[in-house]
Amino acid sequence: MSLFGNNLSDAEKCFIIHGIQDDFRTDGRSCDNYRTIELAVNVLTNTHGSSKVRLGNTELLVGVKVELGKPEKATPDEGRIEFHVDCSPNATPAAQRKAANKDFVNNIESMLVRTYANKIAIDLTSLCIIKGKMCWIVHVDVLILECGGNILDCTSLGVKSALQDTGIPRVVVKSGDEGEEEVELPDDPFDVQHISVNNVPILVTVSFVGTRHIIDATVEEESCCSASVVMGVTRRGRILGVRKQCGGSLNPETLVEMLEFGKKSGRQLHVALDKMLKSYEKGTTGYL
Amino acid sequence: MSSSTIVIKAPSKRRNNPIYAHASEVFLVTPGDVITEDADYMRGHGTYTNAGDEDNKLYASVAGVVERINKLVCVKALKTRYNGEVGDVVVGRIKEVQQKRWKVETNSRLDSTLQISSVNLPGGELRRRSAADELTMREYLKEGDLISAEVQQVHNDGMLSLHTRSLRYGKLGQGCCVVVSPSLIKRRKNHIHNLPCGATTILANNGYIWISITSGDACNEGDGGFNVNKEPVPLEEREVVCRLKNCIQCLAKSSVMLYDTSVLYAYESSLQYQVKEIMSEKVSLEIVNQTISLLEREKTGDG
Repeated sequence: MSLFGNNLSDAEKCFIIHGIQDDFRTDGRSCDNYRTIELAVNVLTNTHGSSKVRLGNTELLVGVKVELGKPEKATPDEGRIEFHVDCSPNATPAAQRKAANKDFVNNIESMLVRTYANKIAIDLTSLCIIKGKMCWIVHVDVLILECGGNILDCTSLGVKSALQDTGIPRVVVKSGDEGEEEVELPDDPFDVQHISVNNVPILVTVSFVGTRHIIDATVEEESCCSASVVMGVTRRGRILGVRKQCGGSLNPETLVEMLEFGKKSGRQLHVALDKMLKSYEKGTTGYL
Repeated sequence: MSSSTIVIKAPSKRRNNPIYAHASEVFLVTPGDVITEDADYMRGHGTYTNAGDEDNKLYASVAGVVERINKLVCVKALKTRYNGEVGDVVVGRIKEVQQKRWKVETNSRLDSTLQISSVNLPGGELRRRSAADELTMREYLKEGDLISAEVQQVHNDGMLSLHTRSLRYGKLGQGCCVVVSPSLIKRRKNHIHNLPCGATTILANNGYIWISITSGDACNEGDGGFNVNKEPVPLEEREVVCRLKNCIQCLAKSSVMLYDTSVLYAYESSLQYQVKEIMSEKVSLEIVNQTISLLEREKTGDG
């Protein structure tokens, strides 16, 4: 997904593509390696949950805010989750152009919406307070600080960890006068319940470069890639939502291979993330 | 084969900076800092005086390291765009093809120009440039191509004119480009090095570093170097290039001056690790510290 079109010479591309064929990328990684991921949760005090992720040179900040609202008429017993992605003009030179920035941001937003828009990903009924009248609306705001390739995977990691960090106040519903229900917020700000993120998907981008596919492409590799497939993978290895990007075509067999490959990597990512978040809770001190 | 272990960790609290034995000799300033109140000193780059002042204080206008040459005081900025000087070796990327010239991106404030009259076209040095050459400029160099060149002239506004009228310069083939701050490149007599490990590096003054394998037939360039070799690079040689790339990135991250010796020391200290391990924080610091101690040992050995 070369979103902002990094301009490389033919010979440089040639070097990168041949390297991928030899399973030896320009930074020494093999095709199935991720760069080191740095992650911190609970970094913003004004949010209900937040995270900051750095993957190579890609860096972003995710904040989750919950507010009370009215459920949609079509789904009276469900809350809502809404995504908003912002890209700093400093993230990459091309992001200073408004139109390109907007396309880029919409692309990420729609992919997040697509993978979360089903009953498996997140249990929206748990966000409902009074059927048809009141529910929690979860706003997920992503701010992209720097683009260094593989922005989608990085975003979804950030979103998952921020959602896991999110504490929703434990409200009490009381029947008030005249049959009206009243909602009472708890006095203790730490009296919260966490959103279940057991089935939340992580996006995995598998890029097809030359004759092989790779994960976690850098900006340079993205500009060499002919086609890429993004998929949302749950912890159990279920694929929610697939999208093909870039102009190139793929063989049906290759596509299946890429999906399998992405599924495997996605599960490993989940395991690594859960392990990290668990150790984080155990007392690693916060960031900043 | 499932060697892919994904590492997710908490961010490091502070960057562990390498320890220099001579750190106290460095004088760091930020903009507005008084460098000296002595009126004897001359005002160099990166400094200013207040016109109304009677006490002739010299202030820093950029954040960086103070350098003194006799009575001339300069501040060398730590992070800056490239300020060109005549004779500098630069690596740049072609941005635009115009009439009779190319626009080249060289990390300076303005794009540099490369006139068609200042390149060696195929067919010998003394060939006349015809109108046909102007029409086929894109065949020689097109947008995105990387070139190495020398600064021929610096214009009043800081814009650079480049030339490639030597067989050392020209279009670059297969390899990697690393971008670092121009202030990290140590000025030397020679910036193009054929390292003993089998790679050629161009540590260009503008902070663009080019790493490629040393080609055997470097002198045999009848075509002016415009036709690049697209044969796959063998794995062993590729490993050398990638190792150098990672090493240079490590050194740059820790703000170690880059020149042939420091790059080579870092390469040698990295040999015990796999190429992909170099980028991890621990190994990277290890390599940087080892490089610094080797460099300092050499310095004391000389003196």
